[in-house]
Amino acid sequence: MVKLTIDDIPVEVPKGTTILQAARLIGGDVTPPAMCYYSKLKTSGGYCRTCIVKVEQGSEKDPRPIPKPVASCRTEVAEGMVVRNITSPENLEARAGVVELLLVNHPLDCPVCDQAGECHLQDLAYENGKEETRFEFERREFDPIDIGDKIKLHMNRCIMCFRCVKVADQITDGRCHGVINRGDAAEISTYIEKAIDNDFSGNVIDVCPVGALTDRTFRFKSRVWYTKPVDAHRDCDKCCGKVRLWNQGEEVLRVTARKDQWGEVMDNEDGSTAWICNECRFDKKHINDWTVEGPSEINRHSVISANHYDTLRNIKLDTLRMLGGKPHGEKVDLGIGALDPNNQHKQ
Amino acid sequence: MSRKLLLKNDHVPGIATLKTYKENGGYTTMEKALKTMSPDALLEEVKTSGLRGRGGAGFPTGMKWSFLAKPEGVPRYLVVNADESEPGTFKDRYLMERIPHLLIEGMVISSFTLGANSAYIYIRGEYFYVSRILEQAIDEAYAAGLLGKNILGTGYDLDIYVQVGAGAYICGEETALLESLEGKRGNPRIKPPFPAIAGLYGCPTVVNNVETIAALVPIIELGGAEYAKIGIGRSTGTKLISASGHINKPGVYEIELGLPVEEFIYSEEYCGGIKGGRKMKAVVAGGSSVPILPTELILKTAAGEPRLMSYESLGEGGFVSGTMLGSGGFIVMDEDTSIVKNLYTFSRFYHHESCGQCSPCREGTGWMEKILHKILEGKGTLKDIDLLWDIQSKIEGKTICPLGEAAAWPVAAAIRHFRPEFEAYVTNPESIKDVKHYYRLNPTV
Repeated sequence: MVKLTIDDIPVEVPKGTTILQAARLIGGDVTPPAMCYYSKLKTSGGYCRTCIVKVEQGSEKDPRPIPKPVASCRTEVAEGMVVRNITSPENLEARAGVVELLLVNHPLDCPVCDQAGECHLQDLAYENGKEETRFEFERREFDPIDIGDKIKLHMNRCIMCFRCVKVADQITDGRCHGVINRGDAAEISTYIEKAIDNDFSGNVIDVCPVGALTDRTFRFKSRVWYTKPVDAHRDCDKCCGKVRLWNQGEEVLRVTARKDQWGEVMDNEDGSTAWICNECRFDKKHINDWTVEGPSEINRHSVISANHYDTLRNIKLDTLRMLGGKPHGEKVDLGIGALDPNNQHKQ
Repeated sequence: MSRKLLLKNDHVPGIATLKTYKENGGYTTMEKALKTMSPDALLEEVKTSGLRGRGGAGFPTGMKWSFLAKPEGVPRYLVVNADESEPGTFKDRYLMERIPHLLIEGMVISSFTLGANSAYIYIRGEYFYVSRILEQAIDEAYAAGLLGKNILGTGYDLDIYVQVGAGAYICGEETALLESLEGKRGNPRIKPPFPAIAGLYGCPTVVNNVETIAALVPIIELGGAEYAKIGIGRSTGTKLISASGHINKPGVYEIELGLPVEEFIYSEEYCGGIKGGRKMKAVVAGGSSVPILPTELILKTAAGEPRLMSYESLGEGGFVSGTMLGSGGFIVMDEDTSIVKNLYTFSRFYHHESCGQCSPCREGTGWMEKILHKILEGKGTLKDIDLLWDIQSKIEGKTICPLGEAAAWPVAAAIRHFRPEFEAYVTNPESIKDVKHYYRLNPTV
């Protein structure tokens, strides 16, 4: 086990853990945001630079600081390491710079983007960005592309996290999905517009942190915060069949994989990742196709819970902390079921 | 006349052929190394010589080689970086097209030292004709038993392959080069692991610049200690400098490190002074990515000492008043040069060459180019200059590979040393017309 401190909070993790994973164990504000890192995908991370942290002391043996900010998602911990994230104003300033640069070519078309409300870039910009942009030129533009009949690619919104490329590489067989061109002209491509024809290709939608890859069967149907997420399952011979349904009344508008508090697809009991197949995702759009387990737990910060679980919105967060007795900085499990009068059956 | 080690025979007609190269003492050093010396002894010589990487970073070669992992049953590779793409740098091209056998001889010695049985030359696409010259030389060497199986009866095997790149600047970054060599998209890898542990095809690999590997021949010929006597302090040996710009005699010069910059620019032996008797305005001393310095700072350090052509002296004063030796791309600008236009050209280059993998470089390089374009069009504001400064600080040090720094440093240095010129462009757009060497603005940005 390796001992280190992140923002003066001591944490002990197995050797080989990255700083970001260690920070996630602490949780709360100490955890750097991650736009490209995805713990379920090998070799992901290191590209977006939003998770940068300052390493004030490299290790006990070699106490020198690391001169440049490091990508916490790809840097392994060392014994006696001293990491600063939110306690370093310099680091926060650097991160704000990265966020500003990420938004330079982003169209900011949230009002018409299906991802709005569950977009990691929105959260990132809200938490770490500046109020206004200093970029005054025309933004880079691409035409939207259909990747097969179920997935839409809006390259304008892409932040080049490479997650979808890794999904194509590691989860689907027969990769035909990659990056072409260079620099700010680089784009996600299916190589000569070849449609992804694969049972697991829909997972690129789930890993996309922004609205670059969206579900065409859900396109413009509803804002996500007007839909109500429930966990459900079915017997599927291709995948685990454990999904999240996004309903409006009795109607299933969208099916996604279940995601954890970091926005990543959850694990099955056996430790494998609960990716879902395209049949579950795109074709099973009737409530009778599914066995509903109950309402999904949604992070209290999410606009989705803000709208749906109306009681929550009116509770001052500080009061909540006091009631729950949770220490400052820890993600508070709200026990949504208990607070929402509609969900009493869950208890 | 200073001492020449690499280019001592470059004027000999036909030196590119094996016959003439051998007549001029070629391949004797290699024979000496393979027959009389052990790899460990050779590595010691390299360490003693104090040779530092000639590609730009100046990392001690002996130390880099000693980091090479040597697991059992795993091949090791030597990769020669001939992707010389830094604007202002053309020394490797000269060396390879004139004396290709010097590189091959150096590669055999290096590979033997490192225990590699395969070596690659990754050469940039624009140097296609040079790759032909190299291939021809390699064929000659194979035919003479200087490459291939059982070289000179010593039992040592080595194969050399030439791989032509497709002309991307980023593929000169060592891990992007390895990706490209493996047939993938030329994106830099995230380090660690460093190539010495997991490089080409995941095997321990040493990546070195052409000039570094060629320098092995004089080092082993003279002995490391003798080589270390040349030069000054920790900058040992000789260095090829690609001199260009407004000088009377542009070209590739071999200098002993420690030569005063003033002598290099003004002596007849080297650059021969500024063209047309004009005054010098600024110098980019080590390829486009190192900070530009105005005349007073390139000739003398901030402390008033004469500036020397060495890693330490050029670096004195940090980036506030110093620069870097870099790859030796020495660009001299006369008094009529517009620093703002020059910077725009550099920024356009880095924008074009950014691989697009990590956000600060991908978005920042394009933004800086656009702002400079705006200033050049006479539409800039004083705020834009501060914004440029701020953007470069947001890129520097936050990227995966050094391209981010390479794009940020020239911007920072130009603003630091030539701010009034930027301000003149903004407050008096008419002044644009007075400047010669006018570039056509790229209409596509």
